[in-house]
Amino acid sequence: MTVIPPTNLVDETEADTRAARPARKMSRAEKRAMAVKGKLSSPWASGIAIVIAVLWTVPTFGLFVTSFRPRAEIRSSGWWTLPWNPELTLENYQEALFGSSTSLATYFLNSLVITLPAVLIPISLALLAAYAFAWIDFRGRNLLFVGVFALQVVPIQVTLVPLLSQYVSWGLAGSFWVVWLSHSIFALPLAIYLLHNFMKDIPPSLVEAARVDGAGHVKIFFQVLLPLLTPAIASFAIFQFLWVWNDLLVALVFAGGTPDVAPLTVRVAELAGTRGSQWHLLSAGAFIAMIVPLIVFLALQRYFVRGLLGGAVKG
Amino acid sequence: MDWLIRPDTTGEKLTLMVLAILLFVVVMGLILFGVDRIKRLPVWVVALGFLGPTLLFLTFGLLYPGLRTIRDSFYTNSGDAFVGFDNYVKAFTEDQFQIVLRNTLLWVVLVPLAATFIGLVYAVMVDRTRFESFAKTLIFLPMAISLVGASIIWKFVYEYRPDQGNIQQIGLANQVLVWLGLPPQQFLLNQPWNTLFLIAVMVWIQAGFAMTVLSAAIKAIPDDIVEAARLDGLGGAKMFRFITVPSIRPALVVVLTTIAMATLKVFDIVRTMTGGNFGTSVVAYEYYTQSFRAQNPAFGAALAVLLFVLVIPIVVYNVRQLRLSEEIR
Amino acid sequence: MNGLRKRRGYTAAAAAGAGLVLVLTACSGSDDDGGSGDGASSTTDCTAYEDYGDLSGKTISVYTSIVDPESQQQIDSYAPFEECTGAKIEYEGSREFEAQLPVRLQAGNPPDIAYIPQPGFLKSIVEQYPDVVVPAPQAVIDNANEYYTEGWVNYGTVDGTLYATPLGANVKSFVWYSPTAFEENGYEIPTTWDDLIALTDQIREDHPDVQPWCAGIESGDATGWPATDWLEDVVLRTAGADVYDQWVNHEIPFNDPQILEALGTVGSILKDSERVNGGWGDVTSIATTPWNEAAQPIPDGACFLHRAANFYQANWDESLKVAEDGDVYAFYLPGKTEDDKPLLGGGEFVTAFADRPEVQAFQAYLSSPEWANKKAEVTGQGWLSANNGLDPALLQSPIDKLSFDLLTDDSYTFRFDGSDQMPGAVGADAFWKQMTAWIAENQSDEETLDNIEAAWPQ
Repeated sequence: MTVIPPTNLVDETEADTRAARPARKMSRAEKRAMAVKGKLSSPWASGIAIVIAVLWTVPTFGLFVTSFRPRAEIRSSGWWTLPWNPELTLENYQEALFGSSTSLATYFLNSLVITLPAVLIPISLALLAAYAFAWIDFRGRNLLFVGVFALQVVPIQVTLVPLLSQYVSWGLAGSFWVVWLSHSIFALPLAIYLLHNFMKDIPPSLVEAARVDGAGHVKIFFQVLLPLLTPAIASFAIFQFLWVWNDLLVALVFAGGTPDVAPLTVRVAELAGTRGSQWHLLSAGAFIAMIVPLIVFLALQRYFVRGLLGGAVKG
Repeated sequence: MDWLIRPDTTGEKLTLMVLAILLFVVVMGLILFGVDRIKRLPVWVVALGFLGPTLLFLTFGLLYPGLRTIRDSFYTNSGDAFVGFDNYVKAFTEDQFQIVLRNTLLWVVLVPLAATFIGLVYAVMVDRTRFESFAKTLIFLPMAISLVGASIIWKFVYEYRPDQGNIQQIGLANQVLVWLGLPPQQFLLNQPWNTLFLIAVMVWIQAGFAMTVLSAAIKAIPDDIVEAARLDGLGGAKMFRFITVPSIRPALVVVLTTIAMATLKVFDIVRTMTGGNFGTSVVAYEYYTQSFRAQNPAFGAALAVLLFVLVIPIVVYNVRQLRLSEEIR
Repeated sequence: MNGLRKRRGYTAAAAAGAGLVLVLTACSGSDDDGGSGDGASSTTDCTAYEDYGDLSGKTISVYTSIVDPESQQQIDSYAPFEECTGAKIEYEGSREFEAQLPVRLQAGNPPDIAYIPQPGFLKSIVEQYPDVVVPAPQAVIDNANEYYTEGWVNYGTVDGTLYATPLGANVKSFVWYSPTAFEENGYEIPTTWDDLIALTDQIREDHPDVQPWCAGIESGDATGWPATDWLEDVVLRTAGADVYDQWVNHEIPFNDPQILEALGTVGSILKDSERVNGGWGDVTSIATTPWNEAAQPIPDGACFLHRAANFYQANWDESLKVAEDGDVYAFYLPGKTEDDKPLLGGGEFVTAFADRPEVQAFQAYLSSPEWANKKAEVTGQGWLSANNGLDPALLQSPIDKLSFDLLTDDSYTFRFDGSDQMPGAVGADAFWKQMTAWIAENQSDEETLDNIEAAWPQ
């Protein structure tokens, strides 16, 4: 989405810019040196960055500390007093993890079984659709794209009854199938919108070249575009993963809350939602639910760092 | 073959999952194979091959329910008598609704702007520094928490204890006030500031999204542009203003739009933190209560349609951007 | 819809305790050569279940608002039925129950049985989905008439047809206090409303730094329901049970002068900064204090009185002894005079959406004393029923016993929670919200009641 140069600064066409680039390609070390020189007035920059980082982590950290404090302590003093009364316990986790008759492993498994297809299917569909919107010239393309884009705003709650009625008549209500289908449906508009934005930033010259070589749309899609889009796909996959993993409503309505299909969030909601403000369980439950998303983010994070479009676009 | 619908064991569940993915791949593969092999297909058939399943899904899962909601908003709760704009009139004449509408507008303007601004500034600050990936993880952290989880965290930050006797604060925000020598505040109660404190939670969550996308965009700014600008003597804030921001404009639009859309639909934060009391409710939450708790589905539908209407400006803006980028191309 | 939240009373503390009790009974059961009551009733004696017939291979789905850890006690209480008949109960509890049940009914995906915590909700379901709800079968009608008072049967009856029988019950007309603090200060349990107010003033006089009452109505998206209970309890006392019934059924407007008077009486406590909010702050802090923590200042001496239901017991710290001679306990919220004894309470109702024989058998089981006793046995503390076949000796906590005594004592006039009987738009929305605004935004009594009246569906 990012390679379009600002028009006010660069008058040449994109192709020219691109052609000129290899000559100026710098080594990593040079880039880094340049970056350091060109930092915004450094002390200020670091200061602001640190303030933001602190604001963004302290609340979570506070809850994390809280999750290890005994119930009575939580209620009578702040978590920051920990150094003065260092009393820690694993009891909250014990209760959150083993307080239920169904083992937490079952819920973890269900979450996994729900999440993988619910990430793969909409991303694949959205990639194909985004390709069509970006590179296949058919009539009504823009109108259709805007329509799909606008569907983002339909709240999921609106769809519950119509979809569930249909699933019931298919005899599929309460199975993984309809959870996968529903998640895919709900993810599509945003996925198409985002991926379309990445997709249309691929230099047209690349697509043209392939077309001249006689490649059809299917071939162009798989051989030219997909490799370039890997980081973008990985990035979106993270977001979709987070949304599905953290979803409660879809699972609750279409799968039902029985331990056979219910994901982890259903279990955590029982902890988090039913206890009013019983911080000792809430905090432990919240962290149990966070572990997997964090691991996934850390594992795929390098794609964000690299940039959303693959090496070919940027030198 | 019952396990295809209701798998019991771990093995069955995993098998079913793999099977579903394979099934999907095979179906899509067949469609694409067909599109590819048959020569001289009209363009729209090819497009249909790529788009068909998606459009089918969307029509069934979003378009139809959306249209049905619009219809329901013009009928009574039982859906058998047409009442015209009654439900809308009710929405707009209710006293509290002015506040709800005002809050919704505040949310949809402030959340995208603040989250994008913070995400952008942060992305620029940490770009290519030694701690980049660690620093980014910190900001991304809230994304990994569900909306309800995040609301719980912040409710804890805003906790209030009275300023009397030896009662200690347990919420960080009030403790900071006390350290500064100020009296503790009821953050969630005092209007109109409480809405801003709720908005802060959504900003806190969404800034990570903005930061990751924008950071990737910044990395894609061609080095020669940056270098040329530097040779011209641009640095620091000017570089940010004249090079960075214009270069990533398309990404900014995407981020703003995505966050605005998400904000319009969000109701979990309000629900968890104030339950819509103290003048903090938003349209999405009102829709939820009316439809599912107060058994007022028709009125709820009218509120949902208002959400559709609120999104029109965003759609129009994006259409213009789309046109613009087509022209560039 | 506050039943769901109110039931959340039976949570962590009780759960931990109850879970422990459960493990202990299970262990002792096996150690004692099956000689304990547990072994005898659940494994050997199936005679009471013979009428249900052989239901092997049949499954009954149950959908409720009762979630973990209480759900485990529910599931355990079905064990004898499952053992003796061979049927399998598929239990599903969800805190989104009230929102999801209509979705499922509308989508044609009803559970076999649902436990509905509000008569008002039951009524609207019967009206909206008459073809889906199944009237109670004869065996259930017989049980209902035999084991429940007429009032309780009526709450499960819509237009003369019995649809649902009561499951659990709770009593809300209680004031929690600290027996030790009362003893130290020489305070007596008040027996009339005036005594209660006099006691309030006495406490304030003896402890000028302390507000005698503490209260909290925060409950997530159900914030406000404890305040509605306050008003209902006071209406029963100032206007009487007949006016209460008219008010609940909207035969008199919501903002009737008698109700206005009652709200004024509530305000004389809840909106007087001399009397609230002990340990929590000023009047407005009531709106942000979680209902399940509101009474915590009592053992610390920062507050003396807290009006809450019997199920508040689950929220006390495990280290506190809940008993008349313990650290905390509750007394009956007195009426105008010593002879005037209105009692506010609530409960859930077993509603069926299928008429298969196994479903009807299970319905009958749930309305029988066998089930009530089994449930009391496996629960430990924090549960009781209005079933008069329930053996009080099985109730293990003093407050449960006291609640059961009051429920079965004819001198008390029982009334079901009013907001739970009103239409959803009032009982689960406007009533909560306006009471919250009444406290948090200092909204006037008149405006509050007028706004609720305006929300009543035409």
